[in-house]
Amino acid sequence: MSSVLRMTRVGVERLRVLPGFFGSLGVVLLLLAVIVVAPIVLTTRIALAGSLTALVQELNDERLLHALLVSFRSAAFGALLGTSFALPTAWVLARYQFPGKDILSALVDIPLALPTAVSGITLAYLYSPSGAIGRSLESWGIQVAYQPAGIVLALVFVTFPLAVRVIEPVIAQLEEAPREAAATLGASDIRTFLEVTFPELRRSIVVGYALAFARGVGEYGSVIFIAGNMPMQTEIAPLLIVTRLEQFDYGGALAIAMIMLIFSVCVLFGLSMFEQRASRGGA
Amino acid sequence: MTRASSTVTMGSSAWIVTSIVGVFLTVLLGLPLIAIFMEAFSEGWGAFFAAFADDHTIAAMKLTIEVVLWTLPIVTIFGLAAAWLLSQFRFPGRALIVALIDLPLTVSTVVYGLMLVLLFGRNGTLSGVVAFFGFEVMYATPAIVLATVFVTLPIVAREMMPTMQERGSSEELAAMTLGASPVRTLVFVTLPALKRALTTATLLALCRAVGEYGAVSVVSGKVRGRTNTASLQVDALYNDYDLQAAFALSALLVCVALIPLVFKVVQAGRRRAQGRLAPLSQGESQ
Repeated sequence: MSSVLRMTRVGVERLRVLPGFFGSLGVVLLLLAVIVVAPIVLTTRIALAGSLTALVQELNDERLLHALLVSFRSAAFGALLGTSFALPTAWVLARYQFPGKDILSALVDIPLALPTAVSGITLAYLYSPSGAIGRSLESWGIQVAYQPAGIVLALVFVTFPLAVRVIEPVIAQLEEAPREAAATLGASDIRTFLEVTFPELRRSIVVGYALAFARGVGEYGSVIFIAGNMPMQTEIAPLLIVTRLEQFDYGGALAIAMIMLIFSVCVLFGLSMFEQRASRGGA
Repeated sequence: MTRASSTVTMGSSAWIVTSIVGVFLTVLLGLPLIAIFMEAFSEGWGAFFAAFADDHTIAAMKLTIEVVLWTLPIVTIFGLAAAWLLSQFRFPGRALIVALIDLPLTVSTVVYGLMLVLLFGRNGTLSGVVAFFGFEVMYATPAIVLATVFVTLPIVAREMMPTMQERGSSEELAAMTLGASPVRTLVFVTLPALKRALTTATLLALCRAVGEYGAVSVVSGKVRGRTNTASLQVDALYNDYDLQAAFALSALLVCVALIPLVFKVVQAGRRRAQGRLAPLSQGESQ
């Protein structure tokens, strides 16, 4: 580990005194290598072992492109709705004290805790035309289940807590002074929020949206039960991977998987750089 | 410590916002929960318990317990090591490790399942190696455990990091100065201090492990009574139009999922009770 040896003097000093650096580094690197890095590297090698043109040819497929479009479009829209709901929720949880707040806070975590298949069948059950909510929506002429709207609904359900948990701590850390100053200078509540509070929260909102979007693109269990799964219309990319696998069309499955994998890695490193730049910029 | 304004006296607009959020959360998140239990008990207690007498359901629950028992120690040890490493040390490559730990949160679980199929399935890259050692990975418990470990990997690490960061390392340094070995320090100083946070983190990992569906559905082969986990069995029952049984099993899984949430609510209540007492005891000591 030559890079470790290039540590700053303070770091080296700390290393000599505080135990567990090499032990914990070893455990972390070993498990990351076996569970995360090796499968990704080996799979990428398989993808590149065949001719690259064959891989590109797999992508030139109407059904595949539609599935990717459905996934990315629903995730973009679901994350937008989820983040918009997350902002007031995070505000209430971070700033107000009221009876039942702990329960409300626990409710937010429910989609993260529920098995995705359970979320999936429950949403389908509630929002299908014969379900409790679906029936009343039907009388308004709105169909959710087995429509593109159903996919978005499932994604809002699953990704909303991610955004709340990113934005909430930032709101909790807000100082009161700038808002009091704005109020003293005669700004309305709405103007104070838009011009003082929102800029302070912008970074966390971007991070929350990105996490929700990335999770939404890959989400499977909670979506497939309510999606309808019609090719070209409501078939999501992860489902098409499973379908191709069941037909032993490994090349087709791998082509979709590589697109999604590259996307996940890009989001992750984009966020990592975004946060590093932000912390270096000081705030 | 500069206290941020966490307790603002609530004006009327604050109550309006809170009520809207409350109604929204109840409809979006609360109703599904109620629906699960209503459907599970729609045919009475007898039918509810009868759902768990099914051989395939029993086998699925056993498999899930087995998978969880394999997964939890691995991800807990990983999480503790990662949280200690990342909260106490600054070193080159740290950002890369953070990104790799977060990767399972953004990679589709189905994509990971596909990777395991390509590596361990028939003609897979590593299937020769595995066959040499004479055990089955694909469409068997090892693949299910591997998939579950992948999706659960970030949870303990992410939960423990803020706690360890806040705690610092002065207690460990004191123990070392007094001549304790690193292992002794870990067992007698670090772990007891982190008991609560570690319990919450492990419970959350348990939740995620029990609930994993996408990756497991790809690698398990979904053989009923043999490689179906509880989550997959919910899917199987639902596809059989046996709604009552599907929701009965779901209700059980929901109860498992609620354990960490209830634990958190109780902890929050206890912390608040302690917070109310704290100023008084400080006053006494002065």
